[in-house]
Amino acid sequence: MRLIANRLFLIFSTLAALIGLFFLGWILFTLCAKGLAGLSLQVFTHDLIEGGLRNVIVGQIIMSGVATVIGIPVGILAGVYLQEYGGDSKLTEFIRDLSDVMMSAPSIVVGTFVYAIVVIPTGHTSGWAGVLALFILMVPIIVRTTDDMLKLVPVELREAGIAIGASKYHVTMNIVIRYAKAGILTGILLAFARVVGETAPLLYTSGSSEFWSTDLTGTFPSLTVSIYNLATMPDEEMVQLGWTGAFLLTAMVLVINLIGRYASNDKRR
Amino acid sequence: MSNMMEVQNLRFTYKGAAAPSLKGISLPIEKNKVTALIGPSGCGKSTLLRGMNRIHDLYPGHVYDGAIQLLNPDGESYTDILSLKKEAEMIRLRQRVGMIFQKPTPFPMTIYENIAYGLKLSGVKKRADIDEIVENSLRDAALWGEVKERLNHDARGLSGGQQQRLCIARAIALKPEVILFDEPTSALDPISTLAIEEMISVLRESYSICIVTHNMQQAARISDYTGFMYLGEMIEFDQTDNIFMKPSVKQTEDYISGRFG
Repeated sequence: MRLIANRLFLIFSTLAALIGLFFLGWILFTLCAKGLAGLSLQVFTHDLIEGGLRNVIVGQIIMSGVATVIGIPVGILAGVYLQEYGGDSKLTEFIRDLSDVMMSAPSIVVGTFVYAIVVIPTGHTSGWAGVLALFILMVPIIVRTTDDMLKLVPVELREAGIAIGASKYHVTMNIVIRYAKAGILTGILLAFARVVGETAPLLYTSGSSEFWSTDLTGTFPSLTVSIYNLATMPDEEMVQLGWTGAFLLTAMVLVINLIGRYASNDKRR
Repeated sequence: MSNMMEVQNLRFTYKGAAAPSLKGISLPIEKNKVTALIGPSGCGKSTLLRGMNRIHDLYPGHVYDGAIQLLNPDGESYTDILSLKKEAEMIRLRQRVGMIFQKPTPFPMTIYENIAYGLKLSGVKKRADIDEIVENSLRDAALWGEVKERLNHDARGLSGGQQQRLCIARAIALKPEVILFDEPTSALDPISTLAIEEMISVLRESYSICIVTHNMQQAARISDYTGFMYLGEMIEFDQTDNIFMKPSVKQTEDYISGRFG
């Protein structure tokens, strides 16, 4: 009887895994088939207005990059506060719970929020509004990974640092963070991968543009928003460009995730 | 007095605990001698040791009472280290009273940086000075021959015994006056243990040492004085030979003969 239950369980779980893999494979296959068809050098050398994707790819990376650059210090410092200085106070618990809630907040809600506090008052969409929305999405992820990674640092290591005459500040900066470096870096990469593929928070914050721009104060080109726009256009060529953009985006996210995985596996030599 | 440190009627209560873990401990740490603390688990020997460089203060809320006198560099007067409050004073205290832990704790840096780190914090700036101290410390810790070719490798690549000797090198690089050992060999194999024990008997010539150990043979082998603790009290403190050959308290005799503990 137990043998049958065991066998059944194995069959069902294998089946479930196969179903998941089947759809994943299907998605990737479709993306490759339709996306690769439109892939050419022109996609990277021309802006959207000329039938390429150069400006939107660069725009997407700039917005995600700026959000990351601002998000890293904020997220890491908050994580350090939680683990090293907050102790088990009410405030610490509150911040921890809050960042958990923020992590699962629907991204469209964040987009709407930024629309209300930035886009409406300034009267137009802008790159900075997009950056702010992405920043809000990624900080909780960095906070949580930093918090979790610092928790793994052995307490003996902190004591040993104190015992050779290092101050708490030095122990945190030079020993604790360095010990947790690989894990924190992975968290940042995964947070970047998460926001770089977001559409909803950018839809009415940065908008998108067909022209080259590096000026974050104006409407800013976005790859994800462009894919959304291109996909709904009647023109075959435009739809094809949308598929190519989707393929490139997926490839980019996949590569970042793989680097993140690799970095986290490599932390022990 | 030729005592490097004097613990005087020390009472220590952990944060939130109803009863003190140390109930009025007194003992001397004599200069250039090895003092061992033995006793069953939970007797307070590690708690006592961790009071002597105030590492307990890393976690606020514990309560000290009594005094721990440390000989000043003038060789005559004493300072009660429990009266220190400022962070700079605490840092100075830890530079003078080093500590080796049960588990080897190499910092996530190269072998060289592990030793240079404390030196730089203590204000040694010149590269040549640091190089020299790093080499001398590694020699004193009997590690130089094994690592001189790979000083810029990650210290976590060393074996457990080597890591522990690196931690000792790191401590003696700061030229402390006292070194506290908290069960330094309980995570090591017999050969590494022997190496550490031999090192301690050499280090005695330059430093005053206090060691907590679970291993009574180890205390008998390497220490000059031994204190037997039980339930937060110092049951007996005497020369090591007396403690192991003719203890004057029945409880001590029962413990070292293996009847309890």
